[in-house]
Amino acid sequence: MRRTTNRSAHRAGRAGRVRRTATASGAALALALTAAACGDGDTTGPASEGEFSGQTVTVAGVWTGTEQENFQKVLDAFSEKTGAKTDFLSTGDNVSTVIGSKIQGGDAPEVVMVPQVGVLNQFADNGWLTPLSSDVEQDASQNFANVWKDYGTVDGEYYGLYFKAAHKSLVWYSPDAFAQAGVEAPDSYAAMMETAGTISDSGLPAFSVAGQDGWTLTDWFENVYLSQAGPEKYDELAEHNLPWTDRSVVDALTTLGELFAEDDLLADGAAGALRTDFPTSVQKVFGPEPQAGMVYEGDFVGALVTNDFGRTLGEDADFFPFPAVDGGEAPVVSGGDAAVVLKDGKNQEAAMALMKFLASPEAAAVWAEAGGYLSPNKELDLSSYGDDLTRQTAESLVEAGDTVRFDMSDQAPAAFGGTAGKGEWKILQDFLRDPSDPEATAAELEKAAAAAFKG
Amino acid sequence: MSPTTHRRTAPGAATPRRRAQRRKRTIACLFVLPALLLLGALVVYPVIFSVGRSLFDASGTEFVGVGNYTEMFRDPATLTAIRNSTLWVVVAPALLTGLGLVLAVLTEKIRWATAFKLLMFLPMAVSFLAAGIIFRLAYEHDPDKGVLNAAVVGVHDAFSDPSPYPTARAREGHGVEPGEGGSYVTGATAGPGDTVTLGFVGIAPKDLPEGAGPAAAPSAATEELRGVVHLDFVPGGGGEAGRVDDGESGLPGMAVEALDGGGAVAARTTTAADGSFSFAGLAPGAYTLRLPGENFAEPWSGVSWLGPALVTPAIIGAYLWIWTGFAMVLIGAGLAALPRETLEAARMDGANEWQIFRRITVPLLAPVLTVVFVTLVINVMKVFDLVYIIAPGTVQEEANVLATQMWLVSFGGGNDQGLGSALAVLLLLLVVPAMIFNVRRFRRSQS
Repeated sequence: MRRTTNRSAHRAGRAGRVRRTATASGAALALALTAAACGDGDTTGPASEGEFSGQTVTVAGVWTGTEQENFQKVLDAFSEKTGAKTDFLSTGDNVSTVIGSKIQGGDAPEVVMVPQVGVLNQFADNGWLTPLSSDVEQDASQNFANVWKDYGTVDGEYYGLYFKAAHKSLVWYSPDAFAQAGVEAPDSYAAMMETAGTISDSGLPAFSVAGQDGWTLTDWFENVYLSQAGPEKYDELAEHNLPWTDRSVVDALTTLGELFAEDDLLADGAAGALRTDFPTSVQKVFGPEPQAGMVYEGDFVGALVTNDFGRTLGEDADFFPFPAVDGGEAPVVSGGDAAVVLKDGKNQEAAMALMKFLASPEAAAVWAEAGGYLSPNKELDLSSYGDDLTRQTAESLVEAGDTVRFDMSDQAPAAFGGTAGKGEWKILQDFLRDPSDPEATAAELEKAAAAAFKG
Repeated sequence: MSPTTHRRTAPGAATPRRRAQRRKRTIACLFVLPALLLLGALVVYPVIFSVGRSLFDASGTEFVGVGNYTEMFRDPATLTAIRNSTLWVVVAPALLTGLGLVLAVLTEKIRWATAFKLLMFLPMAVSFLAAGIIFRLAYEHDPDKGVLNAAVVGVHDAFSDPSPYPTARAREGHGVEPGEGGSYVTGATAGPGDTVTLGFVGIAPKDLPEGAGPAAAPSAATEELRGVVHLDFVPGGGGEAGRVDDGESGLPGMAVEALDGGGAVAARTTTAADGSFSFAGLAPGAYTLRLPGENFAEPWSGVSWLGPALVTPAIIGAYLWIWTGFAMVLIGAGLAALPRETLEAARMDGANEWQIFRRITVPLLAPVLTVVFVTLVINVMKVFDLVYIIAPGTVQEEANVLATQMWLVSFGGGNDQGLGSALAVLLLLLVVPAMIFNVRRFRRSQS
């Protein structure tokens, strides 16, 4: 479940930005979508006595299924505490269109969980959001690393409270393959390449790369870049203040190219990797017939591994953090769902109270216990997490503190960072096919980025 | 309004008729009005709007004149799309009309014609989306998934034996270097009385041939040139590179050649179960050992249907599958309406079937063939769904046609509806000649 929602969230945000300019044509469609989405509403919460009894807080978000159920538990805890009724509205993939039509229709939810920093910026630009109260801001400063607040801030106003996080700097491996090759989890990128070489010597290609899905390649690049060039340059590049032709980009591409050029290290070679989509890349490591030893991607691989391939995390599936490149800090690339308050929501005070609740470790603990969740809240007791691997992931996320960076391609315009067959996705795929000229690739990236950031 | 008033004015004798005519015209206009309104709102207005929009930039606020049109022809992605669209228009309608004609003529002669026609027509009932998904699967590279590659690989494998060690490669830096044609050669030379150790890696334990035993420790040779080819990797790690360690396996069935100074093959042998080999009766001298490429040839993995080179022909293939039935049925109907007497007269005059086909059937069918051809040209111009679904993201740019490019540029991430409109106008301009031709021909056939 978590896998699909994570991936759909990936797309949802991107699609959201694309459709910004197509609002008029999309309006009719949006109405239809909304009508369909309304059915998912689920009112619960005891109407107990409390500060906000009699008021209803509607929360909209992309979650469905298990994620929706678990978030409902968080909302129920809020209801119990304050007496406010809560309502969850599942928007489906296309948050911005659904919310846009809801606002136009005078039926705006109080709170929206936006899946992406780009969508958050879009909402703020549209003037849809109420800045969070100083009270909530204070709690947030106390409970979260600054970086989470920064990503929730647009033009100096703090709008978005990151409640749920993703960790996209994990290398998943098959302990069997490691035992067969007699290697341990590496602690640096160079050691990882050496490990990869040994695994490949043992007769199993080292990495399974999902080259058919461009976003896994951008994630690869972002991890290498964040560690090698450092967070400051990462931010500059994300905002396109630094051209892609910069030396640091070429260096990161060269580093990546050393892996991509070795057909022995990739399952089915580079050509095969280009035919592999993300679920297949996980299957190549954890499926019934292992074809590779390691696969890089985010924490959502865990759900896929346990649900689809019946592995047990910690036993026949494990991960290590994406190792540091060239002596830099180990990268932590992240993303998450931020809660925002809509200006047009009717019960502003109750909504703000919900934000305050979501900023508390108490709220995070509710979902952490239910599973399938990472919290950026550093005050959350790690023992709240149900299993060791999630705990380690959460720990690594919280420990990274202010060095956490959001997925760069998610922050870029969709034409550059989020469209199949175009921009960064396409250019990195071409680079995977032929990694011989990092400088030319950097030049092409710059050309595409310049066009997209201008538009 | 009454007739009496008209009669009173003598010069206006024609007025009632004119009035009646005017009324008729008003009624006609009233009847046409809804259609005109609909056409205006749904066709004329969007066309004019698109033309106007194409003169503005992405945001729609700044007038750029023909900027979008020059940009269009500078963008390599659009040029690829134009090239592909041309390929489609040149190949698909001609192939379809030809195929339809041949099938229509042939089905006339068979007994189960109706059943056959029905079968051929069935794909028309499948939506483009579903057909796209079917063909995406059929073209899948992995022979376990894609039926086309399964067939191709099956045929290929029936004629050639797979090599024993496709994944193997020499342990680097221990005296064995990659040579020509996927072979491996020793860096140093050896002669009778020497013993060589050739280490290879990259073979999974499960991929070792049956009967492979522990590697033989290289024994000191007396008169022969001896050696061992072994898997230089102990499962679970450990062991030293370039040496036969405990737990390492021999590689049986490996061809080994001894090359003399001139590079000619002086002797050839095959390794035993423990990976050992020896060349008996070799003349004294310095020899280079070579493990020929046949040991390591990778299994042929089939045709890359959806690779950059073949993706457009592959999609055209899917298009043929859908539309052949249509062409066949239409041409078949034309065929049934042919005057029998002409055909019979030709037969009486001693024409053979080929001559009848060339000289009688095709010329008489020309109007129908033109209809089919032109309809298909217009249809091919707007092909979108098949391309969008069948082409994987990695080769989408190579497979794009004008319609998909237009969509991608405007909505699919490009977010530049100015450029998108310019592409739409180009597409319109390309379709217009075919349209005019069709309308003209239609008029002619009516008069």
